[in-house]
Amino acid sequence: MSTSLRNNSAVALAAAAFVLLLAGLTLAFYWVPNAPVEGFRQRIFYIHVPVALTSYACFGWAAWKALRLLWTRERRYDLESYTAVHMGVIFGILTLVTGSIWARTSWGVWWSWGERQLVLFLVLFLFYSAYFMLRYSVEPGPRRERMSAVYALFGVVLIPVSFMAIRLAEGLIHPVVFDRDPSDNLAASQLTTFVVCFAATLALAASLYVNELTGKRVDERLRELREALT
Amino acid sequence: MIRARGLGRSFGTKRVLRDLDLDVGERDLLVVTGPNGSGKSTLLALCAGLLAPTAGELEVGVDRGRVGYLAHEPLVYRELTALENLELYGCLYRVPERRERIGMLLERFALWEARHERVSAFSRGMQQRLALCRTLLHDPDLLLLDEPYAGLDEAGAALLDAELGALAGERTLVVSTHEPERVAALATSRLALG
Amino acid sequence: MNYLSDVGALARKDLRLELRSRDTFLSMVLFVVATLVVFSFSLPAGTAEEASYGLLWVALLFTAILGLTRAFAAEREQRLLDGLILAPCDRSAIWLGKAIAVLAFLALAEVVALPAFALFFEPVTWEVVAAVVLANLGLAAVGTLLAAMAAASRARELLLPLLLLPLAIPIVVGGVGASISDDPGRFLGFLGLYDLIFAILSWASFEYVVTE
Repeated sequence: MSTSLRNNSAVALAAAAFVLLLAGLTLAFYWVPNAPVEGFRQRIFYIHVPVALTSYACFGWAAWKALRLLWTRERRYDLESYTAVHMGVIFGILTLVTGSIWARTSWGVWWSWGERQLVLFLVLFLFYSAYFMLRYSVEPGPRRERMSAVYALFGVVLIPVSFMAIRLAEGLIHPVVFDRDPSDNLAASQLTTFVVCFAATLALAASLYVNELTGKRVDERLRELREALT
Repeated sequence: MIRARGLGRSFGTKRVLRDLDLDVGERDLLVVTGPNGSGKSTLLALCAGLLAPTAGELEVGVDRGRVGYLAHEPLVYRELTALENLELYGCLYRVPERRERIGMLLERFALWEARHERVSAFSRGMQQRLALCRTLLHDPDLLLLDEPYAGLDEAGAALLDAELGALAGERTLVVSTHEPERVAALATSRLALG
Repeated sequence: MNYLSDVGALARKDLRLELRSRDTFLSMVLFVVATLVVFSFSLPAGTAEEASYGLLWVALLFTAILGLTRAFAAEREQRLLDGLILAPCDRSAIWLGKAIAVLAFLALAEVVALPAFALFFEPVTWEVVAAVVLANLGLAAVGTLLAAMAAASRARELLLPLLLLPLAIPIVVGGVGASISDDPGRFLGFLGLYDLIFAILSWASFEYVVTE
């Protein structure tokens, strides 16, 4: 795999991400009109939701790579799955942060158990943090790869199951303190902005993913070469 | 029966086996020697299917139900009796006429009297003999023995000598040992690691 | 029916081992009662009765973790899992046999815990019992798989709670919901769904966790 700058499609991806991000943020903060009820604060929605969806996409991608690993036993999928989980966690943290900011600006609290997305991401954050603990405490090798893959699959199944649980818990266990205004259908301008922002976060995630994966593969190759020499 | 090309196995950053080529034919007896840490146990574990290679390829021409593996650990439950342990393995390995076979092996390795005792009460030599019973229980086609003489006293070693003498030429064996002289007469090939 | 006889032999092995040493089961029973007593000191007077159901579920969850930590202890210490994996039987039979044994320990611990809870706190209704039964299935299924993962790691006992707790959150929701809600059927149904999904997933993926 080439890492020379000239041939690198990763650079094109990074450039695309940069452009999309710039476009998205501009649209979100300057172009799209204020939301009717919430006003200016609502704009964080254009960051928060795309980031959340991208996080799901990363975890889904990780699960897909995990499945491929178990299926074909090809070891390269392990790094791909691991990197995808890493991206998912990064975007998950971003989701929690932006969600918390949104809660603060909307209702004056930094956290609300009634916010389903927020609670779900907290659970997922715990789950995937344990993924890293698992990886750190098992020696590298085929065993660790398979265990990580199985765990990543469990994660992706946990997403809908947790969501159901959180919905069930609403009202009975967690108090529903604040109600978000049921969104009316997004106006065309809002939809456009959202789509651009979503594309931007996906591109950003993809770019970071490719970047990190390349770095890890280079590390691996270096290690192999070093061993071959000794 | 066993074919390895460029076989390698690392544990983390530690490379234990490197670029190993191996051919073991049916009814061969391969003796593997080498200092501690040279990868003898690793090689046997790879052949048994407990470990996967991290480099190269390895082909073992028998199903895992036809492989008998004697490890460093006796792989018997300490709080079960000898009989209960062999019953369990006999069931899992689908050994036909289990009771008879178990009885025969226990007698052959002088464990019949102790069959109702828990393994935790066994001496090291008795545990090793029980482990040998476990390994031979299902009459495997391929035997992988990791230092089978470890822990055996003279009497036990003599029993093992007899057993190996009977098996050599009938079954395929790979034996790792620190005392290659004991099996020298039976060996068809040798491998020195490390 | 080889598969079932394998499962039977393995489950019997675990139950027999536990009968001989009795340490896991006894510690689970003592632990759950001790936890309930500690909880009785932790709730201020005037707390809603329903809060104590929450504590019951926490106590059960942690007792399960205690039992599961020991689930593969013997196999881990003596590398016995290798012996089981070498056998031609389906590896998922190992999971099923072990899960059945775990279920038995959980049930026995709860036979003591639930009456203790009824004595110290609130009455135990049939919904609670149903929820406990369903939760046991889910915990045994997922817990056995995760215990096998933890047994292969350096961190051992420390790792299992980390792996299990996020996956146990839906179980706690289902259990507490069934205990206090006016519509326990919804929560019991959810627990059943959880059990089905994760039992199938654990059963299918156990092979990949214990082999290379």
